[in-house]
Amino acid sequence: MSNSEILVKELADKYGRNRESLMPILQDVIEVRRYVTDEVLVSVAKELDLSAAEVFGTASFYSFIDTKEVGKYVIRLCKTIVCDMKGKDAIIGALESTLRIKVGQTTPDKKFTLFTTNCLGWCHKGPAMLINDEVYTELTPGKAIEIIENYMHK
Amino acid sequence: METKKLSRVDYIFKPETNCIDTLKKVMTMEKEEFILELIDSGLKGRGGAGFLTGLKWKLAAEAAGDVKYVICNADEGEPGTFKDREILDRVPYKVLCGMALCGYIVGAREGFIYLRAEYRFLVPKLRKAIADLNVEFLKIGLTFSIDIRFGSGAYVCGEETALIESMEGKRGEPRNKPPYPVTEGYLGKPTVVNNVETFVNCVIIAGIGHQEYKKFGTDNSRGFKLFSVSGDCSKEGVYELELGMSLQDFVDEFGDGDTKAVQVGGASGFCVPRKKFPDTIIGFEGIPTGGSMKIFNSSRSMYNVLHNYLEFFEEESCGQCSPCRVGCQQLLKGIVAVKRREKSSPYLDELMKLAETMKVASKCGLGQSVGNAFVSIIENFREEIVY
Amino acid sequence: MSKMINLTINNMPVSVEEGTTILEAAKKLSISIPTLCYHEDLCVAGNCRVCVVELVGMRTLQASCAVPARDNMQILTNSMKVRQARRHIIELLLSEHNADCTKCYKNGNCELQELSNEYRIGNRLFADLVTEKNYTIDQSSPSIMKDDSKCIRCQRCVRTCSELQAVSALAVSGKGNHMKISSFYDHPMHEVVCTNCGQCINRCPTGALIERNYIDEVWEAIYNPNKHVVVQTAPAVRVALGEELGYDPGERVTGKMVAALRRLGFDSVLDTDFTADLTIMEEGTELLTRLKKALVDGDTSVSLPMFTSCSPGWIKFIEHMFPELLPNLSTCKSPQQMFGTLAKTYYAQRKNIDPKDMVSISIMPCTAKKFESVRPEMRDSGFQDVDYVLTTRELAIMIKQAGINFMQLEDDKYDRFMGDSSGAAVIFGATGGVMEAALRTAYELVTGREVPFANLNITPVRGMEGVKEASIKIENVKADWSFLEGAELKVAIAHGLTNAKKLMTAIRDGKASYHFVEVMACPGGCLGGGGQPIPTSPEIRKKRTEAIYAEDEGLPIRKSHENPEVAAIYADFLSEPLGHKSHELLHTHYKARKRY
Repeated sequence: MSNSEILVKELADKYGRNRESLMPILQDVIEVRRYVTDEVLVSVAKELDLSAAEVFGTASFYSFIDTKEVGKYVIRLCKTIVCDMKGKDAIIGALESTLRIKVGQTTPDKKFTLFTTNCLGWCHKGPAMLINDEVYTELTPGKAIEIIENYMHK
Repeated sequence: METKKLSRVDYIFKPETNCIDTLKKVMTMEKEEFILELIDSGLKGRGGAGFLTGLKWKLAAEAAGDVKYVICNADEGEPGTFKDREILDRVPYKVLCGMALCGYIVGAREGFIYLRAEYRFLVPKLRKAIADLNVEFLKIGLTFSIDIRFGSGAYVCGEETALIESMEGKRGEPRNKPPYPVTEGYLGKPTVVNNVETFVNCVIIAGIGHQEYKKFGTDNSRGFKLFSVSGDCSKEGVYELELGMSLQDFVDEFGDGDTKAVQVGGASGFCVPRKKFPDTIIGFEGIPTGGSMKIFNSSRSMYNVLHNYLEFFEEESCGQCSPCRVGCQQLLKGIVAVKRREKSSPYLDELMKLAETMKVASKCGLGQSVGNAFVSIIENFREEIVY
Repeated sequence: MSKMINLTINNMPVSVEEGTTILEAAKKLSISIPTLCYHEDLCVAGNCRVCVVELVGMRTLQASCAVPARDNMQILTNSMKVRQARRHIIELLLSEHNADCTKCYKNGNCELQELSNEYRIGNRLFADLVTEKNYTIDQSSPSIMKDDSKCIRCQRCVRTCSELQAVSALAVSGKGNHMKISSFYDHPMHEVVCTNCGQCINRCPTGALIERNYIDEVWEAIYNPNKHVVVQTAPAVRVALGEELGYDPGERVTGKMVAALRRLGFDSVLDTDFTADLTIMEEGTELLTRLKKALVDGDTSVSLPMFTSCSPGWIKFIEHMFPELLPNLSTCKSPQQMFGTLAKTYYAQRKNIDPKDMVSISIMPCTAKKFESVRPEMRDSGFQDVDYVLTTRELAIMIKQAGINFMQLEDDKYDRFMGDSSGAAVIFGATGGVMEAALRTAYELVTGREVPFANLNITPVRGMEGVKEASIKIENVKADWSFLEGAELKVAIAHGLTNAKKLMTAIRDGKASYHFVEVMACPGGCLGGGGQPIPTSPEIRKKRTEAIYAEDEGLPIRKSHENPEVAAIYADFLSEPLGHKSHELLHTHYKARKRY
């Protein structure tokens, strides 16, 4: 068994093999691996006796289930209106130049992926971003760079 | 029309000391009696759609079946809304007790919180509260247990049937209605889906009684509600206010003195221009809201605001029904084309008609409400879109 | 009786049973409401919204396909509000659809085109969304082409693949503006778990899913003076081809079809039915041999029940989904492939033609046959046994291209050599037909008497039930078959792969036991095949079924073993069923394929 198969099997043992276990399994895979691969989705399809296309179709519906490779730290900067008004473009600029990547890309060392995302629910403290599950609010370009630099040393 | 002055109240965030006692009290009542209490309170769902909560519970209680579910909709994704996060962070016990109360009334033994992925940081706190309460429930003889399920980044899952689909391991695509969740919900069983704040209100009503509760608000909009205030304002944050105030009062309190417009109800709500502030009531007799209040001052371009909303909807439509999937793309493309002079301004009228079609022909509330922001912004700020 | 609901539609009162949708209620008043995502064979989706109607008193319009009629509803199907919305929706769908109709394979048989025409959509209101999306056409499969630029996301294909076929090769992926119909990770269709059954094609309202067509290749062959082109026609083609050429469903056009094929210029017009009869001889013998080995010789390695192997969609299904049951499959090639091999051996020798100068064409109700013909195993003649497979639809196109006035044609007859068949072969085209044909022969072989059913019609194996079971008691057998004395032969029949899956699961799990099982990939059997005329519906398939059985009853020979050409080929060429030569030419093997 490959590592993916073992991981998925363990998760299926934990959550069960009904269809309603699909999201918890995928979410846990994301927690461990940060993204899903075709190998993982095939394993899930096998464990849950679903078609692989259907598992892929479901996974691809959800923005937080990345079906393509992402870095160790996934940055999701809120782009919705209030964060936009509060200067999210400047934050993007700061992040892009610090990480030397564009939105949607992953750093060559696979450490960071930069995404924009829809409303994070921190409008009163925008601009806001998530790095994996951690929330960072009231960003300024300087603060954003500082946060990223801390992650660089992690 | 009945209106109220803007007034702050403090019920929702009041320390949660006696939730369990409230539960115990309800458990001594006839279930029908409490349902009547809830109906009489006039409480409408706090997620935005505003269905009478007591009636929802009544229907679920009457639905046939041994297995029923209670789901707390914590998929707060409407742009400009963050009050549910605040509730879950500050008074999680009230939410959980509200769910248990619902479970008791409708005859459900299992409850789920559907928590949006963006709020995962709340999990440790919620898990602890759940563990505590699962024990407390047993102590008072209430068979009810709560678990957390997660969203994974999909705004449309805030629509109750999409949420249920997602919990069932599927794409979060809204279902055809009828049947409604109260008769056929999660796994085909009768299910109550209520917003976080609604459950808290139920506990409050159980505590203070519907007579006391009804003193707040207006005929059509009973009680108080949390408002998520953001944008160009003097004091952003979450505020608990009595329902029925005029938008003018609201702006006077929260605006920065230069308020041009307020978007009431988030991206799926309505944009109100300055001249209409005095005549706009916040509530079901005016503009209902799930709590999102975004304030724009005169430095803001309403074109940018609309563009931002449409980008949001273009991505967050589930994509299954054609008016919403294609309509969102066309509205966005349309305003860009008008701005760039690729289309003449009468094209906006065509888009307005399209927005009307989306309002009446889309499958779910999301698609039906995209037109709200579009129409209200074009109607009031047409020149900003064209020039 | 269930409760009756009274409502009005366009101010006309109508009374319908509880649970009836508004759409169905309107039909009762002869009011047709346009639909796109709705299909009689599939569950209701309610996502295209073209069928919206006004419910007086409601702000929002209602999807008539999804909303059940309720008492006192006042429905308007053509109010200004409805017309405006419907027009917008058609416009929207057109804006994300590559509406280059004159270049489209489905031009003239496209539901979106029809609707757009009905609403006289002229200048496009909205921006073109197709050009920016960089669509590519998936032509990887030898059977099915997928062109996302023509897809209107109605999900009929998705529902077909999951509800009718239990395969789900296609699913909905992405959301919002990225929502589309995808295979697993959008891998090419040829690489994913797809049975090539083509049921999705039958239900695609536009040209997003079509067959890989080989019309030009066949014309090339016909007009190549150095090639001898033979054509075979499957049983189910003759009861459906007429639908493409002016007839109502259920018309038998065998004679006209033969005449048309001759006019098209094929050098020899032959009948797959001949090898269907041969299949019965081989498969029947194989079954009896397996039974003997198991019952008399106590050979535990024999796999029973034996499964039929005529349907290539079913073959690929079992290879993917139930590889552990592959030994149960009959080793017989399908009639098409038996025919192909014999065309380039038996026929070639008889006619003194070098098989390398032959082109072998088959006309099939099926898209999976296209895949089957290019399987590497299917080259026992030393060449690709069947060069091109055309669907019923492609044949109709050729007939139209050739300017043949089909309805005016005089009936013609198949060529004599490899053109004779029995009624047993004809019924291969309907679910239960192979079983019935096999029983007619096997029973008689074993007992010396005809099957004990009036007029040879074994009705228990007929009909549209998803899984059918039957048993036949075998008594007073001939001496050679004494081991079968008193045995009860248990059989089962499934059509549509969802039913096949149910049946296979029961067999695999030991919850059902049979001796012989017939499976056809498509609903109704080949007559409902993925290469048959579009549209399809339960009603249309019923008509075709009736035609098939009528064709059977009209034929002088109704048992495979009585086909004189079958006797002749064993005498002159093959020597005996399951003999050495048969093994070499008429039997094959299967391979397990990836499950996911």
